[in-house]
Amino acid sequence: MAYDYEKSIRPGKLPHIWCPGCGHGIVMKGLIRAMDACELDRKNTAIVSGIGCASRLPGYLDCCTLHTAHGRAAAFATGVKMSKPDMNVIVCGGDGDGTAIGGNHFIHACRRNIDMTYIIMNNFIYGMTGGQFSPCTPTGDKASTTPYGNPDPIFDISKLAIGAGATFVARTTAFHATQIDKLIAEGIKHKGMAIIEVLDDCPTTYGRRNKFRSVTDMMKRLKDIAVPVAAASKMTAEQLEGKVLTGVLYKEELPEYTAQYADVIKKAQGA
Amino acid sequence: MAKKVALLQGNEACALGALYAGCDFFGGYPITPSTEVAEVLSNELPKNGGKFIQMEDEIGAMASVIGASLTGAKALTATSGPGVSLKQELIGYACIAETPCVIINVMRGGPSTGMPTGPGQSDVMQAMWGTHGDHAAIALTPASCQEIFEETVRAFNLAEKYRMPVQVLYDEIVGHMRERIEFPEPGDLEVVDREAPSVSPEEYKPYDSTKGQIPPLAAFGSGYKFHVTGLNKAADGFPTTKAELVDAEERRQIAKVMDNIADIESYEEYLIDDADVVIWAFGSTSRSARYAVNELRKEGIKAGLFRPITLWPFPAKRTAELAEQCKGIVVAEMNLGQMVYEVERVAQGKCVVVHEGRVDGEPINPGQIMNKVKEVI
Amino acid sequence: MSSPKAKLEINERYCKGCNICVEFCPTKVLEMDLFVVKVAKPEACIACMQCELRCPDFAIKVHKIEE
Repeated sequence: MAYDYEKSIRPGKLPHIWCPGCGHGIVMKGLIRAMDACELDRKNTAIVSGIGCASRLPGYLDCCTLHTAHGRAAAFATGVKMSKPDMNVIVCGGDGDGTAIGGNHFIHACRRNIDMTYIIMNNFIYGMTGGQFSPCTPTGDKASTTPYGNPDPIFDISKLAIGAGATFVARTTAFHATQIDKLIAEGIKHKGMAIIEVLDDCPTTYGRRNKFRSVTDMMKRLKDIAVPVAAASKMTAEQLEGKVLTGVLYKEELPEYTAQYADVIKKAQGA
Repeated sequence: MAKKVALLQGNEACALGALYAGCDFFGGYPITPSTEVAEVLSNELPKNGGKFIQMEDEIGAMASVIGASLTGAKALTATSGPGVSLKQELIGYACIAETPCVIINVMRGGPSTGMPTGPGQSDVMQAMWGTHGDHAAIALTPASCQEIFEETVRAFNLAEKYRMPVQVLYDEIVGHMRERIEFPEPGDLEVVDREAPSVSPEEYKPYDSTKGQIPPLAAFGSGYKFHVTGLNKAADGFPTTKAELVDAEERRQIAKVMDNIADIESYEEYLIDDADVVIWAFGSTSRSARYAVNELRKEGIKAGLFRPITLWPFPAKRTAELAEQCKGIVVAEMNLGQMVYEVERVAQGKCVVVHEGRVDGEPINPGQIMNKVKEVI
Repeated sequence: MSSPKAKLEINERYCKGCNICVEFCPTKVLEMDLFVVKVAKPEACIACMQCELRCPDFAIKVHKIEE
């Protein structure tokens, strides 16, 4: 049967604001399927975002949704989760929002290992403001503020998350639609900070400046560069040149922050 | 029965006032001279099942407070000038998203790092105009440890009642001095809790003002699903660019404060009825001013004191009346001229308005104020 | 020729004409017609669900036909 996405979407909110071919809609569908798979009670689920194209996602979903300020999503979400640890907390946003202006909140949310699922849609650009380079725009690429090619090195978001202490880190792409919901669902079930990096496409502000002739060219590139972790282990460094590992990149069971704080409360109360 | 008393620092009184008001969430970042508020609450909040979190930075602290408030918590942060500068972005968010929260600003000098351990009263205009865009502000300025306790309680009440951020500003002198405090018993001070929605989750709109200027705020996780955004929004909480909706919402958010000044306003007057000169002062400066009034009276000069406790909204009506009544107003504040401009604005030239300021890290002393009063007479 | 395995429902109001469904349909059921997708060869549909899955705009539903 056709998948029933409508029951998760607020009435009258579609069509969404994203450009033709933008992968954010594919990620949103993946999130809906993941929430269904985990049987999340929408009344008890907060979806928190910052600013940018990807951050408009929560407004479509029939949950407790919080569209905050640029870069601040993880910090708002920390307040929500700390105050109500039994709520399911999902954060979503883009690469610029999460790793530039929100970089500090991002790494510290990872460090605390607070139980939330952060879906970071990495489309290599600031889309909403018209295509300025982000910390994830590949070096040499064109953006509206790198007319001579981007001189900046990039952040590898997943490596950043692992280094900062997130205990579940996974990566996929907007092409790998069925993997999106599986990884998000695994992230939701994981007790601790789960980062799901989804490599995404921005045909409007990134693709047209960087010799992608169509949306589907961008999708095919996402398909081509992705190498599952298991397959990568059998490949040479040469073969892995220009590739991106996908799947679960890191997983570890460590004490979760709100559980740790519950112990603080017990100690304070003389237990 | 005698009330429980203690010798407490202003910042400790603030923390205990917050607990009296029902504060159950603190998100903060260490900064002198406010840190004792965080230290006390890190110890006390978990005893009541409340939550304390030290965030990665000032902005994160403010964000955590707003997030917690949306789940129904009575949420507090405490900081000083540089921290408030960083928090301005999200103070504006709390304004537009109409999220109750309390921000303590223990004022030091500035700009920038300034003199972290010295007192200042130079964040008073920032409390009103620090965040961008049109908005209303409520700011309270207690002048003693007892009053810090009580005004912190009132700040929570006003935040919950008017669904907005409320700032409590007190200078480092009041924050760090120790005074005898008489603890109010439960019930002695009013404690206002957030109004719950009267409609079902299906009918609920977070900014529906058809039943009153201040729409009830549901809590995340209480069965109500709704959207909160920092964009201009319609009654249903979703973004809009429709001119009439944006205009009505912006005006309502200011009117909810300005139409209720009588409820929000608080001030103290001392020997004001026959005063030829009114000293207009708040915080620790008002304590020097009171001393000055007594000394001036001994010299036969009819001086009086007007002490705003609610600094914002500005006590315009009463200040204008005083300007009609007296020959001059001396605005004494630890800055180089801030509230004096508001006093001048409402005095409309009906009396002389002069400023006595100081920014060297020392308190304004009574002699300084007395000399200024004598210049006016 | 085999019978179609599914009936495709297109929401023309949602479709933004990105061409993802057309490109990735393994049996080339879909075509773009003035920036809106249309079902050109319904009989070729094998109900693989790829178009529904990949459509970023919630514009395609694949209703499988029960045998």
